[in-house]
Amino acid sequence: MTVPARPRVRLATTSLAGCFGCHMSLLDIDEKLLPLLELVEFDRSPLTDIKHCGPCDIGLIEGGVCNAENVHVLREFRANCRVLIALGACAITGGLPAQRNHLDLGLCLQEVYLTEPSLSRGGIPNDPELPLPLDKVHPLHEIVRVDYYIPGCPPSAEAIWQVLTDLIAGRLPQLPERLVRYD
Amino acid sequence: MTESALPEGGLRRVAIDPLSRVEGHGKVTLLLDEAGIVRQARLHIVEFRGFEKFIQGRPYWEVPVMVQRLCGICPVSHHLAASKAFDQVVGATRLTPTAEKMRRLMHYGQMLQSHALHFFHLASPDLLFGFDSDAGRRNIVGVAAVHPELARRGILLRKLGQEVIRMTAGKRIHGTGAVPGGVNRNLSRADRAELGALVPDAIDWAGEAIGLVRSLFEANLPLYREFATFPANRLSLVRADGAMDLYDGLIRARSPQGETLLDDVECGEYWNYILEEVRPWSYMKFPYLKALGPERGWYRVGPLSRVTNCDFIPSPRAEAARREFLAFDDGRAARATLGFHWARMIEMLHAAEVIGELLEDDDLSGTELLAGGPRTARGVGVIEAPRGTLIHHYRVGEDDMVVRCNLIVSTTHNNESMNLAIREVARRFIDGRTLTEGLLNHIEVAIRAFDPCLSCATHALGQMPLALELLDADGSVVGRLRRD
Ligand code: SF4
Repeated sequence: MTVPARPRVRLATTSLAGCFGCHMSLLDIDEKLLPLLELVEFDRSPLTDIKHCGPCDIGLIEGGVCNAENVHVLREFRANCRVLIALGACAITGGLPAQRNHLDLGLCLQEVYLTEPSLSRGGIPNDPELPLPLDKVHPLHEIVRVDYYIPGCPPSAEAIWQVLTDLIAGRLPQLPERLVRYD
Repeated sequence: MTESALPEGGLRRVAIDPLSRVEGHGKVTLLLDEAGIVRQARLHIVEFRGFEKFIQGRPYWEVPVMVQRLCGICPVSHHLAASKAFDQVVGATRLTPTAEKMRRLMHYGQMLQSHALHFFHLASPDLLFGFDSDAGRRNIVGVAAVHPELARRGILLRKLGQEVIRMTAGKRIHGTGAVPGGVNRNLSRADRAELGALVPDAIDWAGEAIGLVRSLFEANLPLYREFATFPANRLSLVRADGAMDLYDGLIRARSPQGETLLDDVECGEYWNYILEEVRPWSYMKFPYLKALGPERGWYRVGPLSRVTNCDFIPSPRAEAARREFLAFDDGRAARATLGFHWARMIEMLHAAEVIGELLEDDDLSGTELLAGGPRTARGVGVIEAPRGTLIHHYRVGEDDMVVRCNLIVSTTHNNESMNLAIREVARRFIDGRTLTEGLLNHIEVAIRAFDPCLSCATHALGQMPLALELLDADGSVVGRLRRD
C-alpha cells in the first residue's frame, strides 16, 4: 500500500466498560498494522499518550457505559469524531458487563465491600476520585448517536480492517455476510 | 509522603487520567503542597463491574467461555484457570496427555503474544526514546518509524502467539478450546508443522529482545538500577522440582533477602495464606500474606517474581538467559523494577522454546480429549497468567449452577507494589520540580513495568477475602449460608 497524498485520517479509539478484546482484535490485523500507521494518525488511544480526544475523522469505541466517567468520554468522542463506530457486543448491547443490570448495585457493593465476614478491613470505596457507577450498563446508542455498528465479541480483525479501509477510502462501509459474526 | 495523607487545604491535585499505554482503565492522582512536594500519590482503579456476582446462578460449563470476557488481553488465562477449577468439579483429577498438552500450548501461546504486545507495542517507546521524550512520538508509531524491523518483529512474535491460540482454542480472542475435564479439539500434523515452521525465528527474535533490554540497562545503569526500585516479597507458582512452570505448580513466596515465606503450598489451600483489604479510593483490593500482616505481607507477582523464584527454567536458551540476568550488576537488575522488562523477555523466549517443543509432540494429535470421575462441589484453578498468579475459585450446586465465585487476578496482587512504585518515583523525580508531561510520564513508566492489566482488575470485585478462622474445611464461610 502506498502513502496517500491527502492528509492522514485521524483515528481515536477508547475502551469504556469493555475487556480490551476489541482493541486486541484491531491489533490482530498483524502486519497490516504497519501500512495502517501510514494511512492514519492516532489521536487518543490506548496506544498513544494523548489523554483527550481532539477533532477526528473516526472514533472507535469498545465497551458499554457503566459509570459517569464513561458518559463523559463517550460525549467527548461524539463531539469530536465525524464518524463514531460502536465496536463489538459490549458497545452495541452492553455485553457481558450488562449482566449486572438485574442486580441491585447498592446491595452488590455492600455485600462485596462491607458484609463479607472475612474482610480484614472493609468499607465501600467512596473516594471522590472514583467515578459514580451507574445502576445499569448502557449500550452507546442510548447515550449518543452512533454511525456504525460492528458486531462480534470481538469483531474479527478482518471485519475491523474492512470497515476502516472503506471509510479511509471514502466508501460506504460494507461487511460481507461471512464477516458478520456474533461470537 | 504516605499513601493516606489527608488532602489538606492548599494542596494542588494533579491527575494522570487516563493512564495510557497500559491495558485497562486507571488513573493516578498526586496532591502537591506549595513547595511542590508530593504529599499523596495513588493509583486508582475506577470501574466497578461485578463479575463474581452475576456469575452466580449460571451453569458451570458456561463459565470458562464467559469468564474470558473479563479480559481480552489475557483471555486464555481466565479460560484455563476456570477450566482447571471445573476439572476438579467434574472429577478429572488427571487430564489426558492430549488435553494437558493442548492447554499448555494454548497457554504458552498466550504468554508469547501478551509479552510481545506489552514490550513492543506499549512499553518500548519509553525505553528506546527516553522517559521524557516527545509525547507525540512516544508510541508504536514512533517505534515503527525509527526501528521498523523491531516493530515488525514485535508484530510477528505476537502474531505467532495469537495463531497458536487460534489453532488450539478456535479463535484468537475468546476461544472455546478448553472444557471442564479436558479440551474439545486436537491439532493435526499439518497444523503443527505450519506453526512449527515459525518457531525458530521467534526464538531468535526473543533472544535479541533480551539483548536489547540488557543493552538498555548497560547504557543507563544508575537509572535502570534505581528507578522505582524497593525491596519486595515475591510470589509465584513453581513446579514440584523447583522449575518454572506457567501452567501448574505449587505456591512459593520469598522475602527480598531470599528467605522462604511459603513453599509447596497446594493451590487449593491459597485461602489459608492470603488475605485482602479494601481502601476507600480504589475498587481494587490489597492482598497480603496472612502470616506477615498487611504492613509487611504484600508481595509482587509476574515475570520478575517468577524468574527469580524458580530454581531453573526448563528450556536451555531461557535458562542461560536467566543465569545471565541474575548475575548482571551483582544481582541488582533482578531486584530492579525495570528488571520486569528483562524477565518478561526471558519468559517470552521460554514460551517460544516450549511452543517449539510441544509442537513436535504427537500427543497433540491424539484423540483422547476428556477425562472425568466423581463429581465434587468445589474447584480452585491457579495459573501463572502473563502478569502473575491468577486464582479462580468456584463452588457449584447439585443443579450444576455456580453458587460462589472468587477471583484474585494477577494485577490485584501487585496493587501495593504499584502504589509504592509511584510514590518512589514521585519522591525522586517530582518533588520540588516544575511539573512537565515528561516528568509525569515517569510515573507511568513505573506502572508500565508491572504490565498491569487494569481490565482484569476492574472486573474482579467481589473477590472473597478469606480468613481461615471463618471457613469450614471446604473453604466455605461459616455463617454465609445466605449467599450459598
Ligand atoms: S465485545 Fe467482547 S471482546 Fe469486545 S470488549 Fe466486549 S467482551 Fe471484550
